[in-house]
Amino acid sequence: MDLPELLRRLSGYPHVVVSWIADDGYPAQTPAHFAVDPAAEQIVLHDTGQAVPTDRTLNVIASHIRPQPGVGYDQRRYISVWGTGERADSGVRIKIERHWGWDEDITPFPEYVERSNPQARRYLEELSIERGVELKPRLSPFWTFLLATRLPFLTATVVPILLGIAVAGHAGEFSLWLALATLVAGAATHIGLNVANDVFDALSGADEANVRPTQFSGGSRVIQRGIVPLQRMIAISAAGYAVGGGLGLYLVIETGSLLLLAIGVAGVLLSVFYTAPPLRLVHRGLGELTTAVGFGPIMVLGAYVVQTGELAWEPFVASLPVAILIALVLYVNEIPDRPSDAAVGKRTLPVRWSRETVIRVFLIGSVAAFTVVVAGVATGLLPLATLISLAALPLAIQVHAGIRKYYESPYELMPIMGRNVQLHFVTGMLLFGGYLLAIAI
Amino acid sequence: MSWIPSAVDDLLKRALVAELSVVNHRGETSTHPLIPLWDGEKIYLTSSVLFSRKLEHIKRNPKVALAVTDPVACDGLTARCSIQGDARVLEDDPHSTWEDVLPLWRAKEPAIDFFISKRFAFPLFFERSIIEITPRRVSWWADGNPTREPQVANAGQVA
Repeated sequence: MDLPELLRRLSGYPHVVVSWIADDGYPAQTPAHFAVDPAAEQIVLHDTGQAVPTDRTLNVIASHIRPQPGVGYDQRRYISVWGTGERADSGVRIKIERHWGWDEDITPFPEYVERSNPQARRYLEELSIERGVELKPRLSPFWTFLLATRLPFLTATVVPILLGIAVAGHAGEFSLWLALATLVAGAATHIGLNVANDVFDALSGADEANVRPTQFSGGSRVIQRGIVPLQRMIAISAAGYAVGGGLGLYLVIETGSLLLLAIGVAGVLLSVFYTAPPLRLVHRGLGELTTAVGFGPIMVLGAYVVQTGELAWEPFVASLPVAILIALVLYVNEIPDRPSDAAVGKRTLPVRWSRETVIRVFLIGSVAAFTVVVAGVATGLLPLATLISLAALPLAIQVHAGIRKYYESPYELMPIMGRNVQLHFVTGMLLFGGYLLAIAI
Repeated sequence: MSWIPSAVDDLLKRALVAELSVVNHRGETSTHPLIPLWDGEKIYLTSSVLFSRKLEHIKRNPKVALAVTDPVACDGLTARCSIQGDARVLEDDPHSTWEDVLPLWRAKEPAIDFFISKRFAFPLFFERSIIEITPRRVSWWADGNPTREPQVANAGQVA
């Protein structure tokens, strides 16, 4: 905040507290009434009963809260300035030399917290050295695992795999054991991907630069908050890929399908090079396409091939709506990350495009997702019952309206991002339900 | 009987915000708004490690002062005070030591229990230290008028 703006805001406070180091070494304080002289960029303290010295640095703070009885308070803001004073006609004039402050209406509390992460880590590191034991924020193993792996996002894997299994079931092929193994392999690989994504974003500085993360964007933050060290995240990612890859190989051997091997290898490569150098697909504006292919056709076809041993057009068409909608999840989640992504050269589509283009492409994408279902049914590729997925259309309308309204407001966009995740999940599960209906009928 | 004047005792009991001045690394005062918690003998403040510069300053120089001056944040009380004292930082376990003053905190900010239940979302915010202040000298303006000379009481005197 520049000085004229700071003085303008300061003039809105009813009084200040002035402090200085007294001769006995203790800070001395006095409340004071004051005026602001914008032309001279000075504060004029009115006379106080306790004399304010003019031979040393003064710190002047104005602070405000609004009490909320029975709850606490809100509207936190304060301005703190430093300077030396000189005696004036009826008080002391202070020439401002430095200033600092916080206003939660300008910098929301979550952003203020994120900006302070480096100070917290430094303080805990110094305390750890002093004590000889490592001090870091503690969370239960459950919460740590949930946060580090971003477990709730596994719906992106569960939906297409269930859909692939259902399409195969509709074709008359189903093995419960192979279905479970596919789900676990897919989930483990997804965990490996999520954690690898955090590792590479930590190494590139993208997550550190992002001071406005939300629960849907900006990574898990466990590295930035010092909860899980980078090395452990690398180990978790490797373990996820190892379990996913091992189970994938088992499925290849069990089914004898080299096609499945090709699909699995393509999936793992896409997930690794999503953020890993040298390809860094997400940095090149290819994140949405990579996500669509990986969490759409690759997962649906992979699950289908595990059950049937062959490829077909039906699972490919069925995969397209979930592919488009999962790409739109990433796409909308990238909207609040634009400044930090741009700062580290992560040229996502919302970084490259204008606000209007981003919103228009969301509309085109979501309409396309539902058009595929209608076209699939019309051409006889998808069963009639999959039309129940159209019941999710109102969610798409809500998300479209939400991103238009809150495009520049990360925290107000959060519920919209949540609704967008629901759009993918509900549409996918309705498609799955449509297939179950078709099997039952 | 406490030597703290009853007007100051009232302010400390009710204040939702107070201004803590510490001696910073430049040898100047640096002032931070915090919730004062008062048990009738010592003043407690808590600080997250996120905003821990004041803790570093106190460890270097424990001399502090705390002002309570805002009638809006004091349930309408118009008196004002400044308390000089010696501070120490209590942080045996930053994860839980601060919970010792949670009952005092809860009394002033009941919503804190809600935020604690969401602790996983702000883990560093709940790694905290207690700043314990032993008052040495109190200046107060009974009518809140800072143009008057304050009354003064020192530790050991009976109010």
